[in-house]
Amino acid sequence: MSALRILVPVKRVIDYAVKPRVNKAQTGVETAGVKHSMNPFDELSIEESVRIREKKRAPGGVEDICAISAGPAKSVDILRTAMAMGADRAIHVETADGDEGALEPLTVAKMLRAVVDKEKSNLVILGKQSIDDDAAQTGQMLAGLLGWPQATQASRVEFKGDSIEVTKEVDGGVETVRAKLPMVITTDLRLNEPRYASLPNIMKAKKKPLVKMSLSDLGVANERKLKIIKVTEPAPRQGGGKVEDVDGMISKLKELGAL
Amino acid sequence: MFAAARRTALRGAISLPRSASAFTGPFSRSALQRLLSSLAILEQREGKLNHGSLSAITAAKSIGGPIHGFIAGSNIKSVAEEAAKVEGVEKIIAVDNAAYEKGLPENFASLVVENIKKGGYTHIIAGHTAFGKNLMPRVAALLDSQQISDITAIESENTFVRPIYAGNAIATVESSDSIKIITIRGTAFPAAEIQGGSATVEDGVDPKSEASAEWVSEDLAKSDRPDLATAGKVVSGGRGLKSKEDFDKIMQPFADSIGAAIGASRAAVDSGYADNSLQVGQTGKVVAPQLYMAVGISGAIQHLAGMKDSKVIAAINKDPDAPIFQVADVGLVGDLFEKVPELTEKLKST
Repeated sequence: MSALRILVPVKRVIDYAVKPRVNKAQTGVETAGVKHSMNPFDELSIEESVRIREKKRAPGGVEDICAISAGPAKSVDILRTAMAMGADRAIHVETADGDEGALEPLTVAKMLRAVVDKEKSNLVILGKQSIDDDAAQTGQMLAGLLGWPQATQASRVEFKGDSIEVTKEVDGGVETVRAKLPMVITTDLRLNEPRYASLPNIMKAKKKPLVKMSLSDLGVANERKLKIIKVTEPAPRQGGGKVEDVDGMISKLKELGAL
Repeated sequence: MFAAARRTALRGAISLPRSASAFTGPFSRSALQRLLSSLAILEQREGKLNHGSLSAITAAKSIGGPIHGFIAGSNIKSVAEEAAKVEGVEKIIAVDNAAYEKGLPENFASLVVENIKKGGYTHIIAGHTAFGKNLMPRVAALLDSQQISDITAIESENTFVRPIYAGNAIATVESSDSIKIITIRGTAFPAAEIQGGSATVEDGVDPKSEASAEWVSEDLAKSDRPDLATAGKVVSGGRGLKSKEDFDKIMQPFADSIGAAIGASRAAVDSGYADNSLQVGQTGKVVAPQLYMAVGISGAIQHLAGMKDSKVIAAINKDPDAPIFQVADVGLVGDLFEKVPELTEKLKST
């Protein structure tokens, strides 16, 4: 197996613990002044890449781990986090702040295809979905555009000879598939537990190389095929209050027709 | 040729100003409907039709135009004939080839694409299941279409509603793609019933492209209980259950007492109390049963994203301030190790 050149796309999203609020104009959610972090599934991608190197799991070794993010200037923060976790270097594809800079998954996949060509990547590890638009598309789209095999929702990645065996979370259990490099893997929660970046590593990450580019440098246009008509709050649920005991619960459930 | 002409005509119809659009005038509406056609991607496993995947046909019905179903795998004939009995379906396209049995996207996607091109469909619909999520974005990329994921409603042939931010916001989006690739949330579209229909079954085109990945094995949890995603009642346990032994000891008799499926919060899954396939939430399954009973679950937003469309929510938790009580129709503050067995006994005797 040739040495791995791993590309890890990461996305800056509203922190998972924050409850998003729809903006007044009903065009999106409020992002100003809201805490942002790296998409949780992307942390797993970085962690897995670093572990493959640390544990010497790949027969050919790991030559390079490159993190990439497309987004506004602040996306640099999460690229630094990725490097503090162990990525060697980073690419920031800068886009406009706010909704006008947002990219659809197909555009991101096209951008990543261009980067894969440029960086000679042979393994791309992405999160299975981002927790903002919940689309769960980019990895599969990239694999389709490249014509590479894909293993989605990975909970275990194992190197066997010149193949990679990936155990995937599917409905009702797990499934294992095998493919040869180059390939695309998307991560699921059970894959690993991401490390915290230590202070010395955060300091070191500041010196690691970070290259800036734009979508047009990669020959990709921000084409929008989905137009957001409106964004609304979901209909609120009214709590029905509490009952005193088990009998109260049973009679209330019967009253509501649930039993 | 015909297919291409059809798509061009449709694009023309869509680009009309809204006031003159197909959905406001009775004449243009019928004219447009003739141009629409949907392909519902159906799932099967070892010769059995996945009835949940018939939700795609229900969704296709609200788009209008003829509906075809697509199915592929080994010895697909009987599965195709079963699907042909669904009312409103004109044709089932079946591809009988063992190479597609495991639904590997590397060859299944090109298979679907070839059949889309042949049929000239405007809408391709599949469930937002592990299979649909794996396959459809690859299909979309091959057709240069921006997929619309996990929709919960169809407003018109090009406008769809989908939850974002773990269901904390609902987005209405309009697609300008000529071929719309859509995955649907199963709980939002009931599965079409297998009766009253008499679709023809036809062989699809088979490009016989090689799969660059290979299926190795699978390990599926076996259960006699109703399927979590489609159950009418779900009882779900969280971190409050404390151990796998307690989880099984408390939750299984409780589920059996009302014929419910068992679910779990991410905390319970991460702690090893329950299998990952039982996880309800943003990163697990989305359920919308008649009754959802949350036991020892605090109600984090990621969990609520997976169950807040349930008809009736009941909660048992010892913390009176747990967020789950803000959405529960019926709440009981108390120790689950006392309350759930008591509830189980009383429900069994009624």
